[in-house]
Amino acid sequence: MATATIDSPDTHAADGHDEHHTSTGISNTKLAMWAFLGSECLLFGGLISTYLLYKTRRGPGPDNTTIPTDIFDIPFTSVSSFVLLMSSLTMVLALSALTRGDNQATRAWLLSTAMLGGVFIGGQVYEFTSFLREGVGFTHNPASSAFFTLTGFHGVHVSLGIVMLMSLFVASKQGKLTPKNTETVEIVGLYWHFVDVVWIFIFTVIYLIPVE
Amino acid sequence: MSETLTEPHVDHDDAHEHPSDWAYIKIALILAVFTGIEVLTYFESALPIFENTSVTIATLMFLMVVKFYLVATWFMHLRFDNKIFSQLFVGGLILATGVYVIALAAFEFWA
Repeated sequence: MATATIDSPDTHAADGHDEHHTSTGISNTKLAMWAFLGSECLLFGGLISTYLLYKTRRGPGPDNTTIPTDIFDIPFTSVSSFVLLMSSLTMVLALSALTRGDNQATRAWLLSTAMLGGVFIGGQVYEFTSFLREGVGFTHNPASSAFFTLTGFHGVHVSLGIVMLMSLFVASKQGKLTPKNTETVEIVGLYWHFVDVVWIFIFTVIYLIPVE
Repeated sequence: MSETLTEPHVDHDDAHEHPSDWAYIKIALILAVFTGIEVLTYFESALPIFENTSVTIATLMFLMVVKFYLVATWFMHLRFDNKIFSQLFVGGLILATGVYVIALAAFEFWA
C-alpha cells in the first residue's frame, strides 16, 4: 500500500533560511521587492533625465539666472556620499550579525545605518538651506526645479529607509527580531542598498560630470 | 511501498551562503577608494590628466558602473541569489536606460 507524505510548507520556513514553498521556489516577498526596485529604476530614470534636460535652463529674468551647478559644494557632497556608501556596509553587517544570531551586534549595526542615513539627510537639509540662502529655490528656474525634485525624491526614500531601520531596531529590542526573520532584514537591506546605488548614479551624473 | 511527495517546483536556487564580514569590509574599502578617485577628478590640479573633459567623463562613468556593480552583486547579494532577481532588476534598469536614452535623444535631435 502506498503512503504519501507531503512536506508541510512550514517545515523549512521556521529555520529562517532561503527555502520557500512557493510555485517558483523562491520567496514571493523578496521577488516583490526586486520587482519594486526594478520599477523604481524607471521612476529615478525619469527624474534624472528631466534634470539632464533642464540642468542649464536658467530663468528669463536677471534675478533667476543662477543654476544649481553654479553653487554646488562638491567637497561637502563628497562627504555625504561617502557616509551613505558606508551605511551600505553597516547594513550588510547587521544582516550578517542577525544570521549569526548576535542580536546585540544586529541592533548596533541597524542603529549605525540609521544614524549614517540621518547624517546624509542632515547634509541634504544643509545643502538645500544654503541654496535657498543663495536665492535658488524650487521655483527659481527649470534647472533648480528639476534638481530639487530629483534630490528631494531621493531624500524621501532615504528617510523612509530610516523609518524601516528604526522599526527593525525596535522589533529587535522587543525580542521580535530573531534569525528566523533574516529575510525581513534582507528586504529592508535591499531597499537601503538601492537608495545607495541611486545616489552613486546621482553623485556622478549630477554633481561630478562637468557642465559644458 | 512508500513514496514521499514534496510541493511541486520547489527548488532552493536562492539558497546561498553569505560572504564573511571581512569580504564586505574589503568591498567597502574598494568603494571608498573609487569614491576618492571620483572626487579627485573635480580637483583638476590634483591630477593634470583630468583637465581633459573626455578623460574625466570616461573615468567617472567607468567608476560609477563598477561601484554600482559591486553594491548590487555583493551588498544586494545578486551574485549569490537566484538569477530571477537579477533578471527583474536588470530588466528594469535596461528598460529605464532604453526609454530615457530615446527620450533624451529625441529632445537633443528633434526638439
